[in-house]
Amino acid sequence: MSVFAFLIGALSLAAAIGVVVSAKPVHSALFLMANFATLAILYVLLDAQFLAAAQVIIYAGGIVILILFVIMLIGHDPADHSQQGLTRPAVASLVLGLILLASLVLQLTGQLELGTGGGIASGGSPAAVGTELFTRFLLPFEFVAILLLVALIGALIMGRRESGEPVEEPTG
Amino acid sequence: MDSNNLFLVLGALIFVVGATGVLLRRNALIIFMCVEMMLNSVNLSLITLSRMWGNLEGQIFVFVIMAVAAAEVAIGLAILIAHNRHVRNINIETLNLLRN
Repeated sequence: MSVFAFLIGALSLAAAIGVVVSAKPVHSALFLMANFATLAILYVLLDAQFLAAAQVIIYAGGIVILILFVIMLIGHDPADHSQQGLTRPAVASLVLGLILLASLVLQLTGQLELGTGGGIASGGSPAAVGTELFTRFLLPFEFVAILLLVALIGALIMGRRESGEPVEEPTG
Repeated sequence: MDSNNLFLVLGALIFVVGATGVLLRRNALIIFMCVEMMLNSVNLSLITLSRMWGNLEGQIFVFVIMAVAAAEVAIGLAILIAHNRHVRNINIETLNLLRN
């Protein structure tokens, strides 16, 4: 299992790097989908079957499709720094990333002995997660519902064409 | 190496890649994707820790994070489209309406 987890993890990391270095947003979106899918496989390995299904449905099925639609609407940006080589902001952000990596590694190496890896008795099956959600965590669950409703209304209002604004002419 | 530690390290690495991408890229859409990736790496860490401690609270937390991420994507992409209607590109250098 460990070798399999290592391979899937390596794929996931490679897809993550692909998101950052791709020149075209469409390629980034596809790499993002690969990243989400491999993470879903890891969730299954980690006894979180319900969340693996939710990951595939919400992220790979919903969010990536939404991003792809927006890429179709508003195309790519020719002034992106990644196509101009190593400018000063690019070098600075790489250095900051390395600093973040170093601090995380230093923190993790001292802490990794915690936890025994016992596993969850009932696993992360839909029944177990659902029981927790509808008993102990009922109030947060209801708040999530309100949050999604507010987000839906907000997105509708912001995406709407303002009154009096002319209808756009298709370009190109 | 324990496989739990492997997952924690992977979560940290993906988080670093996402954070570097947010700093590196100027395309608002790609910055968006990198933010999603960072949220996902934290989800991976939470699920691993939930397994380490043998209870489901971490997984409930991940469920809530997924809902917040979905809301964030809907709102953020609506803002991007509204911005793109006024300024004809999505480079974040042009997102300076609040600068005096």
